[in-house]
Amino acid sequence: MTEEIILAGFGGQGILFAGKMLAYFGLMGGREVSWLPSYGPEMRGGTTNCSVCVSDTPICSPLVTEPDILIAMNKPSYDKFINTVKPGGIAIIDSFLIEDRCVRDDIKCFYIPATPMAAENGITGMANIILVGKLVKETGIASVATIKHALEKIIPPKKSNLIESNLKAIEMGQSYEQ
Amino acid sequence: MERMLMKGNEALAESAIRAGCKCFFGYPITPQTEISAYMAKRMPKVGGVFLQAESEIAAINMVYGCASSGIRCMTSSSSPGISLKGEGVSYIAGSDLPAVIVNVMRGGPGLGGIQPSQSDYWQATRALGHGDFQIIVYAPSSVQEMADYMGKAFDMADKFRMPALILADGLLGQMMEPVVFEDKEIKMSDASEKPWATNGHGNKRPHNIVNSLYLQADELEQYNVERFKRYEKVKEELPELESYLCDDAEIVVAAYGSVARIAKAAVEQARAEGIKAGLARPITLYPYPEKELKTACKTAKKVLVTEMSMGQMVDDVRLALECRLPVEFFGRTGGVVPKPSEILAKIKEMKGAE
Repeated sequence: MTEEIILAGFGGQGILFAGKMLAYFGLMGGREVSWLPSYGPEMRGGTTNCSVCVSDTPICSPLVTEPDILIAMNKPSYDKFINTVKPGGIAIIDSFLIEDRCVRDDIKCFYIPATPMAAENGITGMANIILVGKLVKETGIASVATIKHALEKIIPPKKSNLIESNLKAIEMGQSYEQ
Repeated sequence: MERMLMKGNEALAESAIRAGCKCFFGYPITPQTEISAYMAKRMPKVGGVFLQAESEIAAINMVYGCASSGIRCMTSSSSPGISLKGEGVSYIAGSDLPAVIVNVMRGGPGLGGIQPSQSDYWQATRALGHGDFQIIVYAPSSVQEMADYMGKAFDMADKFRMPALILADGLLGQMMEPVVFEDKEIKMSDASEKPWATNGHGNKRPHNIVNSLYLQADELEQYNVERFKRYEKVKEELPELESYLCDDAEIVVAAYGSVARIAKAAVEQARAEGIKAGLARPITLYPYPEKELKTACKTAKKVLVTEMSMGQMVDDVRLALECRLPVEFFGRTGGVVPKPSEILAKIKEMKGAE
């Protein structure tokens, strides 16, 4: 079983961090993982994306071209990647930042107004993690224990107060119903 | 042993320190800057030296000096920066010194781009500087191998008293994967096992000289001939190649580094569609694993070479196979990474043309 994921949005939305979190979920779950960022001038104010693979077998290509799962956080990324999602795949979309609704009927789309949800709940800037929460809900990629363990690992001790708010964001994503 | 999630660049830097690399001389350039950044943070904590030089040329000449004293040292850069280091590498090779150079390749020629590429293959294996010399070239293909071959490069450079190069690319440098390091105490290198080193000796032995200038033609010829005798041993001992599903393969795909992983995905898909495909992945690019490649292509009817370049390793594949098999090429260049589906399409095209 391999999950190939693309996360995409603007630089500054925490796209790479959200991808890193997913990679740690896989790592802590004892699975093979890879995380590959886009790098270069496009990261300065423009779009950014990263490929994450989580698998039970060694990962061949770390570059995801046809994702099972897409997390999109801006319109250019949505336009670029929505048609690359594998049939039967999932797209998780920040519906506040992207007004489009997908016309494909061979993938499942979830629309979450993650950006205002984060702001209204005192966790501004954690829209990315809310979308990760939805991904966890829909795929079962990590258990609660794995998530906690992973957060402790990626959030440096000095910022350990952020573990709680990350967990809150994940729970918000998990419990959101459209 | 803990599985850690690290970027290829960081794993390589950590591994160098664990191999006893005491001095790092660098100059930043994308996509290898994480090596410098990691060294800057870590070296002072383990009693080593991190030095950001004023240029790539300065950095490689600091390596020249440091290596002369018998201390394990390295420098790293990306394609345009490696070209600048060429002169220094030639001097290091001409002085028979061990040192490790890392090239995290990006698109070229010229300043090129900053996306992954493999277009410095010719430079690495043929002429990283002027004169009669070779350097050992390792091509890792995962973050774990970035770590493993870094240590090995130091060992082999010392053993054969010649420079070794890690030829990686932006994809390997930037990606994160789990990596495991052997638990062992970090011990900085010294010159104790290097009787040729130009370190202090309190007049207890004749002094050593490090030099690459020989104005007498026959003397220089003699040194070069001796050096190439050593290369024969290198060719016997070092060649490494990973073969995957080659035992009954009709089409063997030859690829190295990060592209080999992408080719592996294509080979697996081809197998799933009933095409007998296999993958031959050279790990050493100098010495080139000629015998190993021939063995991997035993049952092959055709060979496909795939690279992130206009086709450079393809020459070595043809030489190794002595042109006995048709060799075709598929590549993307300029920083474009090939997709598994593109390589698969080429395999199918070759299968169909039989």
